[in-house]
Amino acid sequence: MGGYLIRRLAQSVVILLGVTVITFALLYALPADPARMIAGRSATADTVARIRSELGLDQSLPVQYARYLGRLLRGNLGRSYAQKIEVTDLLRSRLAATFWLMLGGIAFELLIGLPAGMLSALRRRSAVDSSVMLGAFLGVSAPQFVVGLFLLYWLAYRWGLFPLGGYGTPAHVILPAFALGIAGGGWYARVMRSAMLDVINQDYVRTARAKGLSEPRVILRHAVRNALLPVVSMVGLDIGTFMGGVVVVESVFSWPGIGQLAWQAIQIVDIPVIMGVVVVSALAIVTGNLLADLAYPWLDPKIRYG
Amino acid sequence: MRQRWMGLAVLVGLALLVSPVAPTWGQNRGNAMTVTFKDDISTLDPAIGYDWQNWSIIKSIFDGLMDYEPGTTTLVPHLAESFTVSPDGKTYTFKLRRGVKFHNGREVTAADVRYSLERTLNPKTQSPGAGFFGDIAGVKEFTDGKAKEVSGVKIPDKYTVVFTLSKANAAFLHIMALNFAYVVPKEEIEKAGADFGHKPVGSGAYKVKEWVLGQRLVLVRNSDYFIKGRPYLDEIVFQVGVEPNVAFLKLQRGEVDILGDGVPPAEFTKVMNDTKLRTLVAVGDQLQTGYVTINTQVKPFTDVRVRRALNMAVDKQRIIRIINNRAVPAVQVLPPLMPGYDKEYKGYVFDVVQAKKLLAEAGYPNGFSTVLYANNTDPNPRIAQAIQQDLAAIGVKAELKTLAQSTVIEAGGTKGQAPLVWSGGMAWIADYPDPNDFYWPILSCSSLSQGTWNWAWYCNPRVEKMVEEADAMVQSNQAAARDAKYREIYRLVMQDAPWIPIFHEKRYTMHTARMGGPPGLFNDPIHIPVHYTEVRLVQ
Repeated sequence: MGGYLIRRLAQSVVILLGVTVITFALLYALPADPARMIAGRSATADTVARIRSELGLDQSLPVQYARYLGRLLRGNLGRSYAQKIEVTDLLRSRLAATFWLMLGGIAFELLIGLPAGMLSALRRRSAVDSSVMLGAFLGVSAPQFVVGLFLLYWLAYRWGLFPLGGYGTPAHVILPAFALGIAGGGWYARVMRSAMLDVINQDYVRTARAKGLSEPRVILRHAVRNALLPVVSMVGLDIGTFMGGVVVVESVFSWPGIGQLAWQAIQIVDIPVIMGVVVVSALAIVTGNLLADLAYPWLDPKIRYG
Repeated sequence: MRQRWMGLAVLVGLALLVSPVAPTWGQNRGNAMTVTFKDDISTLDPAIGYDWQNWSIIKSIFDGLMDYEPGTTTLVPHLAESFTVSPDGKTYTFKLRRGVKFHNGREVTAADVRYSLERTLNPKTQSPGAGFFGDIAGVKEFTDGKAKEVSGVKIPDKYTVVFTLSKANAAFLHIMALNFAYVVPKEEIEKAGADFGHKPVGSGAYKVKEWVLGQRLVLVRNSDYFIKGRPYLDEIVFQVGVEPNVAFLKLQRGEVDILGDGVPPAEFTKVMNDTKLRTLVAVGDQLQTGYVTINTQVKPFTDVRVRRALNMAVDKQRIIRIINNRAVPAVQVLPPLMPGYDKEYKGYVFDVVQAKKLLAEAGYPNGFSTVLYANNTDPNPRIAQAIQQDLAAIGVKAELKTLAQSTVIEAGGTKGQAPLVWSGGMAWIADYPDPNDFYWPILSCSSLSQGTWNWAWYCNPRVEKMVEEADAMVQSNQAAARDAKYREIYRLVMQDAPWIPIFHEKRYTMHTARMGGPPGLFNDPIHIPVHYTEVRLVQ
């Protein structure tokens, strides 16, 4: 176990390094000069040159990257070009919101996806099965922007059940989390359905039935628990992707999360902020995957890391 | 599907549980106003802030020597009580008002005016506005580090500031009204360091009460403001990160008062045809021209006949229909609100036959191929397509390159790269209401170097000389003659046809019925979206 953990951590570090290298190279390959964006329209060539050297942009790309990495290792992500504030402050101001939306989104995904997938599997090839799968398909393919506006219009604007976007109380998180749940729930339903179908035909399920256990007990204790394995890795992935920010849902619901920050930064090529968001989301994805892997043995004693 | 409905039932149940305890989501605001923005508010440091959003907010926290009468482009002394201009236009003497206090209680003095300007000019500040002050004597020596102070700024006593210019500039008073010249207290800057932009302390009508990054900025009334009775409001709340369509719903629910990003395009027609909603929209002009630059250094646009032919080929009315008639056609460089705008000038009339004839004369009877750059945010690609179609009608095949804003700016500013650029969505907004602001940065010979905003790469030394003469006409009794001169200048520019002026956008500011004050405040040419110090609740 210990050896496995060390290997995985080492892999994670390599992945993180790779992500920063690629993003850095891509951003600086853009035909946009950050110094000129900062200097503005009335700036003379002198001013632009001065700002460029102040930011270290006159150095070669490897040198710039090495400097960036050196600062990164000391926890310094630099200052936002546009907002003139530490990137760590910007990220910190958005972490809590991102975290709550992640929790809420995953909760709704499970709440919607698991029962739907189980039902579908147990009533295989019935009208119930096909309508659940159709529903899952619609949920996955509906554009989140439209779903979000639809929810806001009816549940918040017309019926006044929820606030019209924003952040602060538990009531604020329900709609954006539900919007995430609709899309993700569709995936979960499909995965859960096929996992259940797999498991139901296994010997141990037959054995459980033969022991004379009640059907609900067979399903819940023996089938579902084993069918949850792929779901767990999906949750792991979702922890990562949601912590990296969900751009569309956050924008529609005025949710002050990391995705919104990323979207604004991309539009104005605010490189330090984009890099900061990438580092945070890469870290989140790596961590989420690691958590999922560590959860396997706990769910399925057959799995063991040596 | 049953499970789905159960999910929904749980959701509604939860909502019902929450709603009795939930507030009415902010309808009770007292004497406060709420403004929504899609994007975060960036720095509020007057030396640095340079986008349309923070520009007006900075104006409500800080003050400059000069300002404008609310709702107009008329200059008035502000922190200055009075000023005099020497006969040669090179010396400006400002007398400060006494007893004006910074938010920290200290009096504003002449030394603060000088300190603030030198701070903007200091390369360490990285101010995007430093270039506006190049006409003050000694600025170059100061920014090059050869002088410790700017020799052209003198403070003979506590309440007097004297500026000496190396070259007369009729727009100097406008430049003194720019945020970059606003007065800041040295001690607070030393205290906050680089974070001053997020902990601003000025002398203005409002103070910062609370700033939650990514969520809201709250300004509170400065009860010691030097203009009695201002501001009217106790508080202004800026909600950021609000999607414009959602903001629109919030406004109809009475939760917010001003749509900072305007009416969402998809709702515009509905709003303007709705008798009730229509009354909530203030319509006005703005200091804006949308144009296509024709690169005068790229073949075949080196030939003025080709540039004129392009000017005749574009159907501006059709383009305006694309943006729901939110503009009026443009025939010249300056917008109608700008002094020097030429009411008589008709420009190039839409005439495909004449355009083709001109092209044939220039040696292109069958047209040619070229490239049109445009920003990739709506409605700009649609506008660019309309222009592309119009050009095709005279045989000019323009390939479209719709790209991110920064990429287009880079292409436009690179010599010989972009033949045609559509200016929409490029953050171009007038800095101050003087006709020379449309010349120096975007049409002058002196702006021609890598990274220029003169994307037509236009240079006419004769015109440049006339602009210099016009800018030397600094006395107030010369204003009319100067305007006439500018009309002549811009007629000459249009003869050279470096641009295809397309339209002047109108501004539509949507606000709740509880907001009041003269209608001009909702379309103030300087303050966008509204004049924060002057707006008030309906009595």
